Amino acid sequence: MARTLSRPVTVAFDYTRSTGPVIGRFLGGLRDGRVVGARTSRGEVVVPPPEFDPVTHEPMTDFVEVADTGVVLTWSWVPEPVDAQPLDRPFAWALVQLDGADAPLLHALDAPSTADVETGMRVRIRWADERVGAITDIACFEPADDAGGEPAPTPSGPLPEPVTGVVTPVSLDYVYAASPEESSFFRGLAEGRILGQRCPACGKVYVPPRGACPVDGVPTDEEVELPPRGTVTTFCVVNVPFLGQKITPPYVSAYVLLDGADIALQHLVQEVPADEVRMGMRVEAVWKPREEWDTTIENISHFRPTGEPDADYETYKEHL
Amino acid sequence: MRNVAVVGFAQRQMAEFDGSPTCVELLVPVFRECYEQTGFSRRDIGFWCSGSSDYLAGRSFSFVSAVDAIGALPPVNESHVEMDAAWALYEAWVKIQTGEVDTALVYGFGKSSAGILRRTLALQLDPYTLTPLWPDTVSIAGLQARLGIERGHWDETAMAEVVARSLTDAEDNEHAIRKGGSSVEDLLARPVYADPLRKHDCAPVTDGASAIVLAADDRAREACERPAWITGLAHSVDGLHLGTRDLTRSESAQRSGAAAGTDGVEVAELHAPFSHQEILLRRELALGDDVRVNPSGGALAANPMFTSGLNRIGEAARRVWDGSADRVLGHATSGPALQQNLVCTMGASQ
Repeated sequence: MARTLSRPVTVAFDYTRSTGPVIGRFLGGLRDGRVVGARTSRGEVVVPPPEFDPVTHEPMTDFVEVADTGVVLTWSWVPEPVDAQPLDRPFAWALVQLDGADAPLLHALDAPSTADVETGMRVRIRWADERVGAITDIACFEPADDAGGEPAPTPSGPLPEPVTGVVTPVSLDYVYAASPEESSFFRGLAEGRILGQRCPACGKVYVPPRGACPVDGVPTDEEVELPPRGTVTTFCVVNVPFLGQKITPPYVSAYVLLDGADIALQHLVQEVPADEVRMGMRVEAVWKPREEWDTTIENISHFRPTGEPDADYETYKEHL
Repeated sequence: MRNVAVVGFAQRQMAEFDGSPTCVELLVPVFRECYEQTGFSRRDIGFWCSGSSDYLAGRSFSFVSAVDAIGALPPVNESHVEMDAAWALYEAWVKIQTGEVDTALVYGFGKSSAGILRRTLALQLDPYTLTPLWPDTVSIAGLQARLGIERGHWDETAMAEVVARSLTDAEDNEHAIRKGGSSVEDLLARPVYADPLRKHDCAPVTDGASAIVLAADDRAREACERPAWITGLAHSVDGLHLGTRDLTRSESAQRSGAAAGTDGVEVAELHAPFSHQEILLRRELALGDDVRVNPSGGALAANPMFTSGLNRIGEAARRVWDGSADRVLGHATSGPALQQNLVCTMGASQ
């Protein structure tokens, strides 16, 4: 058996960013199949254009259109592409100086093997089929057989209209491991037991157990089994719907201080109208049918009132 | 300026840590070791500062969970940077300079193996024109390596010499996760992986945690027989765009080194996650051939994210503690292709 429990987790979020006038102009150009850089105070044409001049720190306003062909200044090979890179087969990254620019742009270069890539080779932008105003409107570079030294294109009419925002989806895959203490807690739940641990210094019992006592900073190594009943120390009535909500509001999320524990466990309190839940209410765990158990806190469906008299405030006031 | 010294250092690292990415389990023994070295208890620590990243952990507020390892009751004076803990050390040093505290414990932790590290690190790039393409760390280093090779700044043999020396030195480092000398010929005979890089040119993915104790004046003398007094500490950053700086240089490293002062350094621990970067850094920091570089084996032997830079400072400080050097340098880097750099020089005298 592995020392700790682990499970794959994907963390994903779409980052929505405003672009401002400079990046917005560059990305607006890509949407239109045009490459727009800007001239710095040193007279260099830089693509993508920086928002502010690297020397004077003034906003960049002198936009310059450059060609969609250029030359490879340096490159590296990607034998094992990672998810969401421009190509899903081995490819090269290249810093490409576009004709008419003085500084290179980083993008992928589609080539069958390292034998097909060299510094100084001519390349051309392969435009994406659908363009939205994002750096991915350039699908990648591809080898070009032109002679090079083509003049930069004369601006074809007014500058492209800038885009105002860009959405970048980010999705990261992890194998998320529980700590050894959390692992024993979840393994206990799979057997219908609630396990905590006691701090050897202050004697406090933590459930779920932690790697170290947050008061003393020492490992909590003595295991303690706790009864499936306790006292509501505080609670809230959830009235607001949210994405992924599993229970229809209103419902009660409560801190339950199990008898013998020094830290409350958060769980649901049900089988009682929400407006009757109160501090001091005595509750007990309601377990799901045994055949549904796994290494999860969801083995406990919820807590419900035991019908005992409410706990005296003095018994839980230290735990609020 | 107050005299501040590195007086404690402990580290743990491994290829794959089978525990929670909050690394509390690693930090508790690391802190204990620091207390034993210095004679301080946690009550003696005036300021706590950590370096870590939630992107590495795959969960939010992982640094808050890590505070459990301190035992933060009564509440402690605490801060955090989303950078290598070497920058947390900088913050702690400033805090001591203000006179508000006399001691600090700086720590870092990271579980690089929880995700795909070279991909996760694309999130530190320009969010408009780079991150959406997911350029991986190894590839960006490869662009830099080739540029240097083709312009004659270094070659594959020089890179292999760095690797051979590092992995040989790592044999004496119990914390190294990659070690074992090979000849330059053997290394060059191995296949190219991410052309122009071979696998041994790239630091191994490493999990770990580490901590350093700083103390001022008499508190330092009380904690350590031969404190490593900080004589210079500076950090600097280059622009975000890879196309607008010369990748064969690291101007921010040069500026940091010049500000910290590197004259007379005998031992330098350089945070070079790729072999060619050691050559580049050595030049930018104006370190002569007589400077002993990375006796620990450096980042090519173990590169725990968010602590590897701090470890360079700790490894360098140890050479002062044990009397094997009088003047040392620890360097940390962050960002793509040596974009951000920090230099900390230390000596046996203030």
